[in-house]
Amino acid sequence: MNLRQKYIAFMTIFGKEVKRSFRTWKQTFIPSIITTVLYFLIFGTFIGSQIKSIGGVSYMTFIVPGLVMMAVMMNSFQSMLSKFYFLKFQKTIQEILISPMPAWLVVFSYLSSSVFNGLLIGSLIFGSAFLFETIPVAHPFLAILVVVLVSSFFALLGLINAIYAKTFDDMNIVQTFFLTPLTYLGGIFYSIKLLPEVWQNVSHFNPILYMVNSFRYSILGFSDITITTCLLVILGGIAIAFSWVLYLFKTGRGMKA
Amino acid sequence: MKHALSIKDLHKTYEGRKVALSGVDLDIEEGEFFAFLGPNGAGKTTLISITCGLVQKTKGKIIVQGHDVDTEGDDAKLHIGLVPQEFNADIFTKVEDILYIQAGYYGVSRKEAKPQVEMLLEKLSLKDKRNNTPMELSGGMKRRLMIARSLVHKPTFLFLDEPSAGVDVELRLEMWKFLRELNESGVTIVLTTHYLEEAEKLCKRIAIINKGEIKRIGTMDEVRGGRPLEEVYLEITA
Ligand SMILES: Nc1ncnc2c1ncn2[C@@H]1O[C@H](COP(=O)(O)OP(=O)(O)O)[C@@H](O)[C@H]1O
Ligand SMILES: [Mg+2]
Repeated sequence: MNLRQKYIAFMTIFGKEVKRSFRTWKQTFIPSIITTVLYFLIFGTFIGSQIKSIGGVSYMTFIVPGLVMMAVMMNSFQSMLSKFYFLKFQKTIQEILISPMPAWLVVFSYLSSSVFNGLLIGSLIFGSAFLFETIPVAHPFLAILVVVLVSSFFALLGLINAIYAKTFDDMNIVQTFFLTPLTYLGGIFYSIKLLPEVWQNVSHFNPILYMVNSFRYSILGFSDITITTCLLVILGGIAIAFSWVLYLFKTGRGMKA
Repeated sequence: MKHALSIKDLHKTYEGRKVALSGVDLDIEEGEFFAFLGPNGAGKTTLISITCGLVQKTKGKIIVQGHDVDTEGDDAKLHIGLVPQEFNADIFTKVEDILYIQAGYYGVSRKEAKPQVEMLLEKLSLKDKRNNTPMELSGGMKRRLMIARSLVHKPTFLFLDEPSAGVDVELRLEMWKFLRELNESGVTIVLTTHYLEEAEKLCKRIAIINKGEIKRIGTMDEVRGGRPLEEVYLEITA
């Protein structure tokens, strides 16, 4: 395929997936918005009013970046997982496998559509936080970059999960036993500086901590971990996950008998 | 002369040690209309799926229009169209969009694909179903949709895996006519079937495959050897 053909193939996948997510907007966008607004209301407003400020900002403002990240992460993971599992289940993936598109192009195109959704959801949720409090944005471009990167990473994880999943039950294991606990322990609701030292050290093994903190830094201008470290961890994670996915496509694992 | 398809010593053992192909050799010339005859489980779908890149081979060499599928798989794929045995299009996507999306996967834009898509919708009587989803199509229409989808990128080589399974007589005759015209326009066609009549009506050369091996290959007359095809077939596949 020449460059032009690759571009057309990219736009085909990207367009089809974005169209699909708008067609199913009630599943794609609404649940995470409702959930996050409830968090804002309960933790930010009801409970938050009883909590001292952290780093000079109100508790509500403190948790906004983490909650936006949580929605972006979960959504990118979930949507890629269900999308690809269904593609496999329905055997429609064969349309892609018989085509001359190289594996990286297929992955990149699906990833781009996920990132597009991630940015949209992130913006909607961040926007809805303004219903409660006005939040100053310290580094807007960095914030967008972080959403793009984190959304990519979680979409890749969703893809890997979908490729390995043989049954519907397999779809929930990663989420239930790894992602959800790591997310809640990833410093969304607290600064790890409030933890005893042992737990602070343990927390550093949680990759989600770096994602939450990179976004908190972009929005609020302060975080538990330096932004360089955060970005390096995220980029490293993407590199590993992307290579893993390409390897799975090359060997046909979970897709070709 | 260049072969449209050349297969050397192809082996496939599925997970769980299920041997599906054991040493298949095959050459198909450009412009041929060729049939694989064989009972269920003979390995027909496996052979096609490996050539199209849907199943990993265990061993062997496959060349499509001069392109080795191992080293130039993407070039090989540009030439191939596949009508799979089982329906596999997205059931929530409109007929027309299924065709345009497949064209896009081959790098053909909507605008460029339009004449071909319109021609296929017309020829395969899907015009008034263009805005329906596959959920709203009959079995025969779904089959025609898959034929249309396999041709959007104008392949030079078409595989049809059991195209007549579950298709009524009238539709079958129409489909045969369409395939004959396609072959006359220069497309090499390989189909699998277990209807002997289908092979006799359409193909000059056939292979009888059983238990993962080609048992007999040649022109219809060579394979028959003066006897009815059915007799030869039953003898081989018994
Ligand atoms: N995905 C698979 N996993 C394990 N065995 C398979 C798979 N697909 C086909 N087989 C086995 O390989 C053999 C050949 O199957 P197939 O190529 O579908 O035959 P045909 O198309 O001629 O009916 C059969 O015994 C079948 O059970
Ligand atoms: Mg078959």
